[in-house]
Amino acid sequence: MSWSRIVPVALFVVLTIFLAIGLTRDPSVIPTEMIDREMPQFELPELREETTVTEADLVGEIALVNVFGSWCVACLQEHPTLMQLSRDDTVKIVGVNWRDDRVDALDWLEEHGDPYDTIIFDEESDLVIEIGVTGAPETFVLDPDGRIRYKQIGPITPEVWKDTIRPVIEAIELEAAGEAASS
Amino acid sequence: MHAEIGQIALILALLISALQGWMGLQGAHQNDRRAMLFADRAAVAQAWLCILAFGLLAYAFVISDFSVKLVATNSHTTKPMIYKFSGTWGNHEGSMLLWIMVMALFGAAMVWFGKTLPSSLRARAVAIQGLTTTGFLAFLIFTSNPFERLSPIPENGIGLNPLLQDPGLALHPPFLYLGYVGFSVAFSFAVAALIEGRVDAIWARWIRPWVLLAWSFLTIGIVLGSVWAYYELGWGGWWFWDPVENVSFMPWLAGTALLHSTLVAQARGSFIRWTLLLAITTFSLSLVGTFIVRSGVLTSVHAFAVDPDRGIFILGLLILSTGGALALYALRSGKIAHGASFEAESREAGLVLNNVMLVVSTATVFLGTFYPLVIDAMTGDKITVGPPYFELTFGPIMAVLILFMAVAPLMKWRSDSWKRIQKTLLIMAALAVPLTIAVAIFGNTVFGALGMGLAVWLFAGTIANYARKMRVGESKSNLGNLFKRFSLLPGATHGFALAHLGLAVCTVGVVAMGVWSDEEVDRLKIGESITLSGYEFRLEGIDRARGPNFVSETGRVVIERGGRSVATLNPEQRFYPVERNNTTEGAMEIGAMRILYAAKGEGNEEDGWVVSVYYHPLVIWIWIGALMMAVGGFVSVADRRHAFARRPASTPSAPPIPAE
Repeated sequence: MSWSRIVPVALFVVLTIFLAIGLTRDPSVIPTEMIDREMPQFELPELREETTVTEADLVGEIALVNVFGSWCVACLQEHPTLMQLSRDDTVKIVGVNWRDDRVDALDWLEEHGDPYDTIIFDEESDLVIEIGVTGAPETFVLDPDGRIRYKQIGPITPEVWKDTIRPVIEAIELEAAGEAASS
Repeated sequence: MHAEIGQIALILALLISALQGWMGLQGAHQNDRRAMLFADRAAVAQAWLCILAFGLLAYAFVISDFSVKLVATNSHTTKPMIYKFSGTWGNHEGSMLLWIMVMALFGAAMVWFGKTLPSSLRARAVAIQGLTTTGFLAFLIFTSNPFERLSPIPENGIGLNPLLQDPGLALHPPFLYLGYVGFSVAFSFAVAALIEGRVDAIWARWIRPWVLLAWSFLTIGIVLGSVWAYYELGWGGWWFWDPVENVSFMPWLAGTALLHSTLVAQARGSFIRWTLLLAITTFSLSLVGTFIVRSGVLTSVHAFAVDPDRGIFILGLLILSTGGALALYALRSGKIAHGASFEAESREAGLVLNNVMLVVSTATVFLGTFYPLVIDAMTGDKITVGPPYFELTFGPIMAVLILFMAVAPLMKWRSDSWKRIQKTLLIMAALAVPLTIAVAIFGNTVFGALGMGLAVWLFAGTIANYARKMRVGESKSNLGNLFKRFSLLPGATHGFALAHLGLAVCTVGVVAMGVWSDEEVDRLKIGESITLSGYEFRLEGIDRARGPNFVSETGRVVIERGGRSVATLNPEQRFYPVERNNTTEGAMEIGAMRILYAAKGEGNEEDGWVVSVYYHPLVIWIWIGALMMAVGGFVSVADRRHAFARRPASTPSAPPIPAE
């Protein structure tokens, strides 16, 4: 048997191995690992100001941590929803500007609006890798203790907000109220 | 009751298709005519059962039967009827059932149209088709049952994402699946041929119309997706190199290679092994696409609900079908004879180049799409590969491909010389080179100039092929005679020309969009304007209105060019108080030479409104060109139909049809 006839099946075996590994790394598995863990320690610049942001800045109130980039097409899809949340002052929104250029990011925010209270500028994917982001957009719900309570993969549509994220936030609020009452 | 009947139909189809596989293979092996006849009838029966199941699911959607869980989670009583119906395949389970129905229909079509084929080859191919369908039916029934009931029955359904309520998107999946699944016929025949250990020109001639058909449908499916993304998502682009787009593009590229290699296989009896391999690869890439979209291995805008169990199941199917086929190829392809030889200056050589370029481009897209997966598997890093990679690698490959695809069809089979077609080439160059220089000077772009030059080169080469076929310049070529000769040309020639001219048209659009498209965003007060590529967009006023469930702000944007009014656009922004949601409805002025687009954002009288405007030159050419390719495919099929309805010739070589 000549080797050239085995090449296709050999390539296919390699592909299959990677696909199989890919399955075990399924993005839907990662959030369960991160759920209920505290945000990792980090120290990164703020996008718009000359300050730095650390994990301590995410403690104290419920926050949405939203990973975005000016290069990310699907981020535009969820942007109106974030703008609406920001306009209604529903919840603190922290942006993680991922693998972006500072100027591009600022232009993008200028063009489409800026819903963020704070923006972490994560040029080198430092924080993003720590918290297991698979792609943008992705959004984490943090409780007042700074623990990750939920992770949304993909855009936040009004439906996702109404059916998934708002209930999570309401549950956290209820919990916090219960703790306050019992103490 | 209908849900239960649908469920039973699916289970029966599963059993029958398994039997179809078994009896077909056994029957062919033992030359048992009754077993082979059984396989034929099973293929037809199975197709009817799948149609029944699909029809019943569609019925449940149309009458809004919310006791069926799938309907409840994906439909709503207030949805327009057409979207209730198209909602049948607007979800994972329903679209999988559509996939299976199409696959079963192709299986039945193999029986109906394959009467003239050697019975063992047909029986084996029908059996393989049956086995593949069995795998998908099992997948549907065991992991994604579309007929699952819901209790208690909800008052109303959850609805379909409004973004997906669109005619383009309603038609996009059926066409895509006709393409993806259409390649299963070539796959089944390739595997059957490997089992037989014998392939000849008739085999290649027989699979060609199926490949053409699948390829044309896939082309239309991709175009519909591109158009939808362009006007609905409003990101100002027609292709985003998103993983889900890529996985539909890879079978298209491989299928294009297959389309051309079958030409050589049927005309010259060469490239047979290569054609077998491409047939297997093309359908396998369709399967990989399904795996990607439905397992959530790669994240994408389009991804269906992520479910690892489904991923494992599809991976298993992929291993069985593709792995099995390739293993069989490794074991059996040695028996298949090499074809006739050819020289470096010949049409075969041109088609080798075509195949190399198309396979390399498929591999390029494949690498870009799977690189994140590989990196993740090896280092755990999460990365994304963006459009720059694809543009940088894909463009040059296509340029080389186009350069030679203008010339190769002019060459003769087996052996030819540059000298013979020298005059034609000079005429083509006389058209393309000055244009390239002109675009370089006046358009001030080298990339654009080369791209436009290539498009004209291809256009001229294709027309020159017509001229050659019609013997222009030879004796008695007066207008009447030429017209007669033109009308006597076989459909395949027109199909070839349409497809190649289509690519030239498409290239013009792609290059123009790449080089001259422009966009601008600014905050405009009333009376202020943005000037973009010679067009002045002026915000004349803002009108407020109240809709049934929204309030809207509509901008009046007047476009002028050189003081002459071109159009008035009315971009709108709607606010839905109930959902507390804003939507932006951009407005566009569509012309053959450009699309002008305006969208309006937030704002007020004092600060002005955010207005974004786009100038998209020749963007429509991209889709028109692609549709010409699809039509070319259909025209070619219409020609071939006569060829494969006819009894096969007793000699396995020299088919009577001039191949394109």
